[in-house]
Amino acid sequence: MTTARRTVYLDHAATTPMLPQAIEAMTRHLGRTGNASSLHGSGRAARRTVEESRETIGAALNARPSEVVFTGGGTEADNLALKGLWWARLAEDPRRRRIVVARIEHHAVLDPVVWLLQHEGAQVDWLEVDELGRVRVESFREVIEREPESVSFVTLMLANNEVGTLQPVAEIAALAAEHGIPVHTDAVQAVGQTPVDFAALGVDAMTVSGHKLGGPYGIGALLVHRETKLVPILHGGGQERDIRSGTLDAPATAGLAVAIDHAVKDQPAEAVRLAGLRDALVSGVVGTVPGACLSGDPVRRLPGNAHVSFRGCEGDSLLLLLDARGIECSTGSACNAGVAEPSHVLLAMGYDDERARGSLRFTLGHTSTRADIDVVLENIGPVVERAMSAGLQNVGKAG
Amino acid sequence: MHVLAAMSGGVDSAVAAARIAEAGHEVTGVHLALSRNPQSYRSGARGCCTLEDSRDARRAADVIGIPFYVWDLAERFHADVVEDFVAEYAAGRTPNPCLRCNEKVKFSAVLDRALALGFDAVATGHYARIVETATGRELHRAVDHGKDQSYVLGVLTAAQLERALFPLGDTPKESVRAEAAERRLSVADKPDSHDICFVADGNTPGFLHDLLGDAPGDIVDTSGAKLGEHSGTYGFTVGQRKGLRIGTPAADGKPRFVLDISPVDRTVTVGPREALAVRGLTASSPRWCGTAPDGEIACGAQLRAHGDEVRATARLDDGVLRVSFPEPVGAVAPGQAVVLYDGTRVIGSATIDAVDRVVQPA
Repeated sequence: MTTARRTVYLDHAATTPMLPQAIEAMTRHLGRTGNASSLHGSGRAARRTVEESRETIGAALNARPSEVVFTGGGTEADNLALKGLWWARLAEDPRRRRIVVARIEHHAVLDPVVWLLQHEGAQVDWLEVDELGRVRVESFREVIEREPESVSFVTLMLANNEVGTLQPVAEIAALAAEHGIPVHTDAVQAVGQTPVDFAALGVDAMTVSGHKLGGPYGIGALLVHRETKLVPILHGGGQERDIRSGTLDAPATAGLAVAIDHAVKDQPAEAVRLAGLRDALVSGVVGTVPGACLSGDPVRRLPGNAHVSFRGCEGDSLLLLLDARGIECSTGSACNAGVAEPSHVLLAMGYDDERARGSLRFTLGHTSTRADIDVVLENIGPVVERAMSAGLQNVGKAG
Repeated sequence: MHVLAAMSGGVDSAVAAARIAEAGHEVTGVHLALSRNPQSYRSGARGCCTLEDSRDARRAADVIGIPFYVWDLAERFHADVVEDFVAEYAAGRTPNPCLRCNEKVKFSAVLDRALALGFDAVATGHYARIVETATGRELHRAVDHGKDQSYVLGVLTAAQLERALFPLGDTPKESVRAEAAERRLSVADKPDSHDICFVADGNTPGFLHDLLGDAPGDIVDTSGAKLGEHSGTYGFTVGQRKGLRIGTPAADGKPRFVLDISPVDRTVTVGPREALAVRGLTASSPRWCGTAPDGEIACGAQLRAHGDEVRATARLDDGVLRVSFPEPVGAVAPGQAVVLYDGTRVIGSATIDAVDRVVQPA
């Protein structure tokens, strides 16, 4: 092992360094007093900050300002969308008990769906993906058209957080619209990496998170179509169209707005730049390490995502050895207990346990440079070799 | 050196890691996730206690300033420790899972992986001492004899000892707690763990019953007369007195003890304390911390965790360790380890298979 030197941060899908402009905007507002719900001058100033942020975000993502509902992050936005849609749809028609969801969603979507299944009598239609992590539009059509009147809602992420595969959300939204079925999409990984147009997607609700695109932690937004009804899950002062109560974090909205604005404006150029770096990383790793291969769709994928599987070693071991060399990446989505379980996404893609466990996710973002890639390529060969000698922890019982 | 510190989330392993780091070594903390709760929804999610321990270990690593990871050893632990534990009880024996964990998990699976990843040694918070000598490393009892854990380390071979570090062996437990407080480790006042870590509620008979089910049989005296019934021989240990639930008292009014457990005919034999007395035993799977004894040796022997050391002579016969006691000793349970000592030095250990009673069974 080598002592850590310069940190090579390649875990932008976990969290992205805040953009300096977002830090500046947020800190400028942190020193100011004012509850955006207060009627006096300070309150009006805070309200102005919030509404300007809302307008900026709406403009960047092609939504009306009133369609932007601020939340405490992506997980809250997903929960609000799914539970809010569930109760609102059920109140209108008690037959609507089916949720259509793919197996590759983030836990912030999967777990609310399972909660609805276990506690609210939901029935779940789980949709499979192919070996590249793609859902099939036809399978959504079959499931929906089997009995459209019993469908509560459909949810499908724009881009997978682990393997980066893009999903046909607009097509799914179009076919759901034929039956008046609302669609939610988790766009947390997509904004800033691919074009995201709320109106053009035709979805009813879309989740965005601040810290994944260069904005602050602890804030996100759910974009909610103005005709879509949601039952709130946080009750209180009635802020945010009565859909989401809680005093608005005006400084964070300012930071979020600046970050989204930059991420969207820079997206076309950044996508080209990151895809170039990513391709250099992937071809370098695959060329250096026998048996290494890219996971996910090689073409329709996030430009900053390089998910690589290695044979005969633990992702855990690779991560530890890279970390000791100052290279920071991920074995999948971070888990609370810190235990690496085989990823549900990779298992859904048909990976066996061994291949799922031996995977690394490098995710690039606005701070990534060619020098970062070079450091990985210098180290990956010896690291994989060493990790292979440590073997597979749970394959084969001990004697 | 690059040292992997196994961090349980308790005070001992935290201080052990801190000491190694302070000595100038490059230390990486690793918490071993050893159990999983298959009932919970997210497959592989850990029970709350384990999660809390993992967080405590992580916090300690943060305070010490070392990298920290969680290694999932659940399958390995289940196969090597839990299944062995259940199988041993089912066979009428009394296993020591901590010893098995040290032998098969901490100083085998974990050590092997650590060495492969480039570490030079594994450190734990066990209370035992390693003494460097001209002929190699020796394992000795801790200076705090009340906390000494050399018994559960007696299975380590010389090769395993070469890669082990026990930084707490020279320190009394209370000093370790004080040191943890000085180092601002929040686990300083965390209670010691006593129970078997994978039996969540401490109810071992209940745990075994869930896995092995009802296997009712008779409790008899040494003449074969039936005294009572039981729901499974796995609920008993040789030498056990409590929980026999025998209706009729003994003729002499004295307490009765478990003498023998026979799962084949589901019989538990009980008798008076004197009948437990043992003058010798045979044990298998010997492991030596240095070289194996040549011929008969006079030594000390410890027959269970926290048990007293007794005088013994030992001889290795074709892979079978024969131990005899000049003065008879009390309850000796097959399945437990006999660990041999020369003064404070551990000579080696073996698993007790059979005992030679002073009063031969009828």
